Amino acid sequence: MEMQQIKFYQTGTFTVGNRLLDEHQRSVQANMQRTNSLNSGHRACQGCGEALGARYAIDAAMRAANNQVVACNATGCLEVFSTPYPETSWQIPWIHSLFGNAAAVATGVAAAMKVKGRKEVRVIAQGGDGGTTDIGFGCLSGMFERNDDVLYICYDNEAYMNTGVQRSSATPAAARTATTPAVGAAPGNAFGQGKNLPEIAMAHGIPYVATASVAYLRDLEDKVSRAMTARGARYIHILVPCPLGWGAAPHDTIKLARLAVETGLFPLFEAEHGEVVRSTPIRRRVPVEEYLRPQKRFAHLFGKTEAVDTIARIQAMADRNIRKYRLVDERRHG
Amino acid sequence: MLKQTEGSHAIAESVALCRPEVICAYPITPQTHIVEGLGEMVKAGDLANCEFINVESEFAALSVAIGASAAGARTYTATASQGLLFMAEAVYNAAGLGLPIVMTIGNRAIGAPINIWNDHTDSMSMRDAGWIQLYAETNQEAADLHIQAFRLAEELSMPVMVCVDGFILTHAYERIDVPTQEQVDAYLPPFEPRQVLDTHEPVSIGAMVGPEAFMEVRYLAHHKQMRALELIPQLSAEFKQVFGRDSGGLIRTYRAEDAKTIVVALGSVNGTIKDVIDELRDEGYAIGAASIVSFRPFPSDELHELLSHAKRLVVIEKSLAVGIGGIVSHNLRMALSGISLHAYTVVAGLGGRAITKSSLRSLFEKALRDELEPLTFLDLNQAAIDRELAREQAQRRSGPSAENILRDLGIR
Repeated sequence: MEMQQIKFYQTGTFTVGNRLLDEHQRSVQANMQRTNSLNSGHRACQGCGEALGARYAIDAAMRAANNQVVACNATGCLEVFSTPYPETSWQIPWIHSLFGNAAAVATGVAAAMKVKGRKEVRVIAQGGDGGTTDIGFGCLSGMFERNDDVLYICYDNEAYMNTGVQRSSATPAAARTATTPAVGAAPGNAFGQGKNLPEIAMAHGIPYVATASVAYLRDLEDKVSRAMTARGARYIHILVPCPLGWGAAPHDTIKLARLAVETGLFPLFEAEHGEVVRSTPIRRRVPVEEYLRPQKRFAHLFGKTEAVDTIARIQAMADRNIRKYRLVDERRHG
Repeated sequence: MLKQTEGSHAIAESVALCRPEVICAYPITPQTHIVEGLGEMVKAGDLANCEFINVESEFAALSVAIGASAAGARTYTATASQGLLFMAEAVYNAAGLGLPIVMTIGNRAIGAPINIWNDHTDSMSMRDAGWIQLYAETNQEAADLHIQAFRLAEELSMPVMVCVDGFILTHAYERIDVPTQEQVDAYLPPFEPRQVLDTHEPVSIGAMVGPEAFMEVRYLAHHKQMRALELIPQLSAEFKQVFGRDSGGLIRTYRAEDAKTIVVALGSVNGTIKDVIDELRDEGYAIGAASIVSFRPFPSDELHELLSHAKRLVVIEKSLAVGIGGIVSHNLRMALSGISLHAYTVVAGLGGRAITKSSLRSLFEKALRDELEPLTFLDLNQAAIDRELAREQAQRRSGPSAENILRDLGIR
């Protein structure tokens, strides 16, 4: 009789299933007492990476803060899909003020809690990449610089998805958006532009900066939990694929998020007081083409003639990340 | 306690007596001395239980104030001019959210050309943002209005701007009666928010509202301001009981009882107007004045009654609605319904141009003879304008007109 080999990693994600772990090691989401801070019934698209990321992040923060969390939301998909009055998916105190001021509003909430002696209440600000890297950047940098007691979470889907997929300063090179169309001599978003916000956050010397991905949800929960052990300004940048904006199948959200990490395009790391203290090694290194090809925003790279040079430039960016953050053990992988 | 002090410092002391819990500060002339004064009080420990936050912009200042107020803290900030415009989005937002923030405006012109001196263009630009707007005539009133402003804001859940003429008031040293803490505590109860970010009772604040309810939400803001028309005189009367002096109210009249000519203005210029009216009264002219303290809500009924027996109305405006004329005048039109009189709009004092007694006197004399144009620019240098217009006519690239005019003035 032929024996079938038992796979420890059933899903191919290298994620250990909860049933194989001790109770205290299990994910927040696996816990019956999880808070469902962002409850079901909201209006996010099928396969929305942001909804998934926010649910994991805020529930993890709630567990770490003994359910004493206030969230301040920038304008954007997360705000719109979670709350048209009279409905709200938020089971926590939540405020939306404007597109560009979530970090400053959070500073105000934190100041109020401090002056009222409610030190147990923890404050989270959250927004998309547009609200974080572009219009909200001034307020964010101010909050970092003052080291205000706020955890800011950026759900980065690499464009202004809520307004119909326009370029942001987090849009990757060559990506097609409504404002960087795939036409002309250099289709898609320009090379040599954009901001690396985790590194900018690190340059402020704040206590904690991390990147995370919805493909590595345990890692995401861990990073949120670690961020919550510190006081002062903290920043977590989560890559959240957007099926609509990326032109990808909803069921490929996790796969694409994982490929972004495995190619080296989105390095996972943590930094404390401006220095990288940990990075997550890539277990299975993947060429960028594998990540780019399933996404319609990169379809112009794979037309009748493949844009070999452009793909090579993107590969070089991934390679640079891998070197910089030491994502591959060179001894093992040659 | 009587003190010889700077207007800004008197305001700072007054605000401190209101026990603010969060103060956001960003420097802009001419309001800086106010937040500097408060910052020093917090740092020295004289103002306890207060977070003083130095932010990176006016937009952040009011955004921090929004967060703090929504979390239940009594919150204060101050700004002026470009700063108010830079925070404009948050100005509307704070009002829409119904947050009782109190903000001082050190009234200053708006550039370009950049100008740090006093007029009302800044606060007038935000007149329809949903804030209550009170204009102080003196530094005593400026100090007093802040105490009333917190009470008013918190009773209504609506933000209040206290508008104080930059330099003319903010930087003037005067004798001020600074109230005691006991007086202020007796007048101003602790802040009890109508809505608050509370982990024990979670609410969502600031979510989207569609066409099905947006009109009603906006109408409620208007309704609240209509309520303020009743509340402002009550709070002013109550203030008099506790503090022993008149301050605030909707409008304040001066020798207006039997006046056939009424001069209307906002803020500190009323002092000069009163002096001129005294002179003209001595000479037998039936002229009086009204100072509008509350520009939002606009006291239409009070002004209607005041003007119902007048023959002439002269509105002195420290702002210009480019392309039409006066802002205050156009608001007054609503109050003039059914009244037939000669109405004159006078734009005066832009960018800090001094409004002198002699200029006002000749202006009022002209008005009394009904020789004024419907729209007058007080002390406008027509020759300088004609020269620049001629230059523009003569050459396409005539250069920056502001520089040209100053050069012309210099060579004269």
